[in-house]
Amino acid sequence: MAVADTTTTTRARPKVDLRVLGPILALVALLVTGALLNSNFLGAANVTNVLSRSAFIGIIAVGMTFVITSGGLDLSVGSMAAFIAGLMILVMNGLLPTMGPGWPLIVVGMGAALVAGLAAGFVNGFLITNMRIEAFIVTLGTMGIYRSLVTWLADGGTLSLDFGLRGIYRPVYYDGILGVSWPIIVFALVAIAGEVVMRMTAFGRHCAAIGSNDTVARYSSVNVNRVRIMTYILLGMLVGVATIMYVPRLGSASASTGVLWELEAIAAVIIGGTMLKGGFGRVWGTVIGVLILSLIDNILNLTDGVSPYLNGAIQGVIIILAVILQREGKAEG
Amino acid sequence: MSDAPALSLSSVCRSFGPVEVLHDVDIALRAGEVHALIGENGAGKSTTMKIMSGYLSATSGEMRLDGRVVTFADSEAAEAAGVVLIHQEFNLADQLTVEQNIFLGHELRRGPLLDKRAMRDRTRALLERLECKVDPRSRVRDISNPDKQMVEIAKALSREARVLIMDEPTAVLTNREAEVLFAQVERLRADGVAILFTSHKLDEVKHIGDVVTVMRDGDVVAQGAVADMSEDDMATAMVGRDVSSLYPVRDTPVGDEVVLRVRGLTVPGYAQGVDFDLRRGEILGIAGLIGSGRTETMEGLVGLRSHSGKVELHGAPVRLTSPKAALAHGICYLTEDRKSRGLLLNKGMRENLTLQSLADFTHVTIDRRAEEAALTRAIEDFDIRAPHRAVDVGNLSGGNQQKLLLAKTMLADPEIVIIDEPTRGIDIGTKQQIYEFIHALTARGKSVIVISSEMQEVMGLADRVLVMRTGRIVGELAGDDMTEDAIVRLAMGLGARKEVA
Repeated sequence: MAVADTTTTTRARPKVDLRVLGPILALVALLVTGALLNSNFLGAANVTNVLSRSAFIGIIAVGMTFVITSGGLDLSVGSMAAFIAGLMILVMNGLLPTMGPGWPLIVVGMGAALVAGLAAGFVNGFLITNMRIEAFIVTLGTMGIYRSLVTWLADGGTLSLDFGLRGIYRPVYYDGILGVSWPIIVFALVAIAGEVVMRMTAFGRHCAAIGSNDTVARYSSVNVNRVRIMTYILLGMLVGVATIMYVPRLGSASASTGVLWELEAIAAVIIGGTMLKGGFGRVWGTVIGVLILSLIDNILNLTDGVSPYLNGAIQGVIIILAVILQREGKAEG
Repeated sequence: MSDAPALSLSSVCRSFGPVEVLHDVDIALRAGEVHALIGENGAGKSTTMKIMSGYLSATSGEMRLDGRVVTFADSEAAEAAGVVLIHQEFNLADQLTVEQNIFLGHELRRGPLLDKRAMRDRTRALLERLECKVDPRSRVRDISNPDKQMVEIAKALSREARVLIMDEPTAVLTNREAEVLFAQVERLRADGVAILFTSHKLDEVKHIGDVVTVMRDGDVVAQGAVADMSEDDMATAMVGRDVSSLYPVRDTPVGDEVVLRVRGLTVPGYAQGVDFDLRRGEILGIAGLIGSGRTETMEGLVGLRSHSGKVELHGAPVRLTSPKAALAHGICYLTEDRKSRGLLLNKGMRENLTLQSLADFTHVTIDRRAEEAALTRAIEDFDIRAPHRAVDVGNLSGGNQQKLLLAKTMLADPEIVIIDEPTRGIDIGTKQQIYEFIHALTARGKSVIVISSEMQEVMGLADRVLVMRTGRIVGELAGDDMTEDAIVRLAMGLGARKEVA
């Protein structure tokens, strides 16, 4: 809305940018606090534990960063993860008699998870772009649908992976290379790839342009609908990837799988400095956001001073603080 | 000249950080007088108006209201004192009704509840006074731009404005709509309101201004009665050099080859059966009133709107279903609405410049260095003046935004460029530059279509003019037939060769 006038712009350049440093400082503060409170905090076991648990939300949050940057939102990812987990287990159990236990069957299961994620993401994206329904409404709907479907598939109980298969699949969550577990490796790869795509490719630039002003993007020959659908498909597939890493952990899926993951993923994205209304996003920020959220949980569990039941309250405060800090750097407008 | 001015600035300076942008500005607005403030973009007009209306404070100098020194803490304090600024971009809540907007923040109450009847009656009275026929109950998003302007003025009047400051009130109006506005301005002048307005249209200044102040680079460079200054004098004072030859001489011949042939182009609801040819190196003007379907026709042509009809490029039929397809065929449309359709205001110049042609800068990843090089070249070629390279585009002046938009379009290297309102809201010096760019394009064998509401511009630029009215082409003029009178007659539906009712 600024009335164009060269004069109003002379400030702005130098100054420490809290929007960049804020999340990093918060992470460092948490690490210091954790280390002071408990000597085991920085131990390999705890670090691995925290990172592995962050991986699911982290992988999803990377995809969510693209959706939010391009001005969208996806509330369905938690239910989607539960549904995909259930589907994956059913597929593997179902094919067990014909294929026998072994890696081929698990690869088929993984493929099913990716295809299901792709399809679910496409459905969300298609309804939002081609049918022109608000992202909030579409994904609120699909959230209910997937949650209900997994409850139905499990008949209100739990879907469990065949015990023999579970033994074969287990290492995907618990093993790794050089002491780094697979979920951490996959999370790191997804995050690096996401950062590169967001920052250095035309797709990432188009996401930011669409989130900033989709009319301008359309007038600039950007295929707005295709980019939007792609963000939802990407997110869907990453939910598939996260599920692939999650299923071997417990070997089961139920109505309570992935509950509130969507809000944790969105919170991580926002804490990381991506703007909720779109137009600007950064994947590295999201990674830090994920780490901040899981560290709070971890520190509360390791220390006696504050009840772990207050986890949600502290996370809530952090989310609101993050948004306030990010606003400060911006000119009013 | 005996009584004190309604509002005056004396020796007002204003700095942003270390940079002083207003130097000892003196202006006096008198009751019953229309004061025109003119100058190029960035000359300090906006800053001056913002100081007068409380949006900014002066760094030094003093402001007097009826002879008494005042300082406005904010725009509300200024409004309370009867000084109201009407922004160029309307400050209206689209979803609210006209009457809700007029009383926004000043709602009349009866006890704890809103006194809707009183507000409606007062709104009616205000709009009647302005001879505006809009229904107080209609939503602002549904009314036309000139009506919005009237609502803004009614809103100002409802605050008992004695000093009315208008930032380019006619920028979004057609000539006819501007006439209506001027009639209201004269009425307000007769009522004893002191009026300050800015405009890039010097004929308007001549037409309704009593006093004119010319600013350049933060200084007042000329001030006096409008009657004592010619339009040329004003333009020269604004630019600091002679600008009598606004339109460059056309020295490249138009080719014979028809590059674009359009037959029966129909955009549902806007255009019907539009036929035209465009030759290599030609500048084709499209004139017509706002609402005649010019913009929509061209948006249809490049696939921004659904359309039907035949389009041939170099004799080969093509289907342009999206701007991307149009660009692939070398046709690019440059929007009239640079702020909401042309540029990403909260992004930098680099991102904006390359958005349309990002594929050319991408081999898997985007080549940042090539982008920076392109920006350096664009800044030089198009004389874009920015405080620094990383500035948000929203903070550039209108003229520089327009140059950036041109640079962005040209980076995609189209063969045919459609420019909608190339110089809307742009100062005269920048206009001249943009006309030169357009000429330079045709010299390189490109073909240009220019849509413009300014008759002078169409005639000064185009080799040939098509006039549109209610979605149809009603006439074609070239050479000596291309007169303002002929264009206006066709646009208004007089003397059209064949008119379908």
